[in-house]
Amino acid sequence: MEAKKGMWVEIENTVLTPEERAPHLPEDTKRVPLKMWVRGFLINEQAKIGDEVMIKTLTDRVVKGTLVEVNPRHIHDFGNCVEELLISGYNVKKELLEVVKGAGDNE
Amino acid sequence: MNKSYQAVMGRKNEIMKKSVGIDYKVLEYGRLSFDYEGLMKNVPYDLEEIAKIQSETKVGKTPLFELKNLTALVRKYAPKGKGARIFIKDEAANCSGSFKDRRASLSVYHAKKIGFKGVIAATSGNYGAAVAAQAAQRGIKCIVVQEVYDSRKVGQPEILEKARKCEAYGAEVVQLTVGPELFYVFLTLLEETGYFNASLYTPYSIAGIETLGYEVVAEIKEREGKFPDAVVITHAGGGNVTGTARGVLKAGAKDTKIIGASVDLTGLHMASDNDFNKKSFTTGHTGFGVPFAVWPDRSDVPRNAARPLRYLDRYVTVTQGEVFYTTELLAQLEGLERGPAGNTSLAAAIALAKEMDEDQIIVVQETEYTGAGKHPLAQLSFARKNGIEVKIGNPEENIPGKTIVIPENLGQMGYKEIDLDDLRKSYIKNAVNTYNVKEVEEVDVEFLAEDIKWTKENVAKTLNEFGVKVM
Repeated sequence: MEAKKGMWVEIENTVLTPEERAPHLPEDTKRVPLKMWVRGFLINEQAKIGDEVMIKTLTDRVVKGTLVEVNPRHIHDFGNCVEELLISGYNVKKELLEVVKGAGDNE
Repeated sequence: MNKSYQAVMGRKNEIMKKSVGIDYKVLEYGRLSFDYEGLMKNVPYDLEEIAKIQSETKVGKTPLFELKNLTALVRKYAPKGKGARIFIKDEAANCSGSFKDRRASLSVYHAKKIGFKGVIAATSGNYGAAVAAQAAQRGIKCIVVQEVYDSRKVGQPEILEKARKCEAYGAEVVQLTVGPELFYVFLTLLEETGYFNASLYTPYSIAGIETLGYEVVAEIKEREGKFPDAVVITHAGGGNVTGTARGVLKAGAKDTKIIGASVDLTGLHMASDNDFNKKSFTTGHTGFGVPFAVWPDRSDVPRNAARPLRYLDRYVTVTQGEVFYTTELLAQLEGLERGPAGNTSLAAAIALAKEMDEDQIIVVQETEYTGAGKHPLAQLSFARKNGIEVKIGNPEENIPGKTIVIPENLGQMGYKEIDLDDLRKSYIKNAVNTYNVKEVEEVDVEFLAEDIKWTKENVAKTLNEFGVKVM
């Protein structure tokens, strides 16, 4: 996707290569670089994914990096139905009715 | 200026001193000791003033609810005459949705007052949103640095939500892959911007929580005519326990038991790229709770104001499945959709209440907001996607990183007790190793005894076992 100046974008940087990383890391972490992502408004007139660009962040910092997303979407959600929890909720409601006469008079 | 990892880490103390405005060196004495109350005196406001500062930015005086339905169900599974009354402090009612607003409010107020143009916080938790919300109200800038992704750029849903929330308040969010070098990035940002280090571990952050402990016990006293028998506190970095306990003591509730609770994540390595997305909780767990108890000064400030062993009477763990189940109970029985991570202490309280007398009172001192990503369905779906088995069964079959077991009923809920003496010994060992001492002075023994709530005799004996002489 083509990004134009002023658009909200995300950039990526490698902060430390595997060789530069701190000592005493677990093996799996030591093998991969430390990467960083920052979001901001594109400073370049135009750019496409993979270009080296400059952005202005929400605190007005200017940061350089590789353009990886334009108008990045928040992808997290409420997940799938988890039957185990549904059943738990269903069961405890019934249980409460057996235990407390007049449940629902809670403050 | 040299920005390499080694060079920046070498400038750590200098950067820290500028960014917190506290000279930690002047507090030190003996071979390894420091003046803890002297550190806390860096906060030039008393409890009343702190409460006033907090109310200016929509923090504090949250509702305290009695969970009557839950208590009734607890009594079904408790021996006759047992089943304490459970109360909960609805900290989700603070402006950004958690007790972390209390910690952030004082730090941000103070940062602005002493002339900083912005604040930076290193946190993947609710604290980021809290700092962002406070900075927004005080009119200063805010950067939040998060550990959020594994090397495939797969993010923990709970942390992704917190990033969204920080941005919603206008903060810049810097997101990183797994690794302790987050601290290096944090230092480079402090150096680049000259902003205040809104660390979770400064005296401001801890003093801000004292109002919570105070409110809890003062309100119970007013309503019930006595102080609560126990306050249960979700324990991770130690601030929640420390600040709450200090507030409880300031209200005069000297006999109220301070009980810490963490989610058991034993066996998962916190700095491991592979393990990162195998956990379903990103805070409130033993991966922070144990290391920060046995060595608080591993934090982002030279001397941590959060010192849980000073205050803990007991420390218990619960399983991930029990906390998800508890979150369901809280919604389905009490109409409060909160958590899940903040419900760690409630899960422990349910198990503990079963052993306490009916007329006793146990208070859970926090809830936190819930939302997309930060929700049992989101977190359990994520767990399944990462190969974790989710099933109904006996919580004892729970294996961190492999299985999440949702209890069949409340009767199966329990806790594991962590022996505080083991933690105390580890603390002493860490102190000895960090300061590389072969002998200590009498004042050091006194300091250690206070810092871990132990007798001087026990401290001296343990020092001896590690080959350290008391002069």
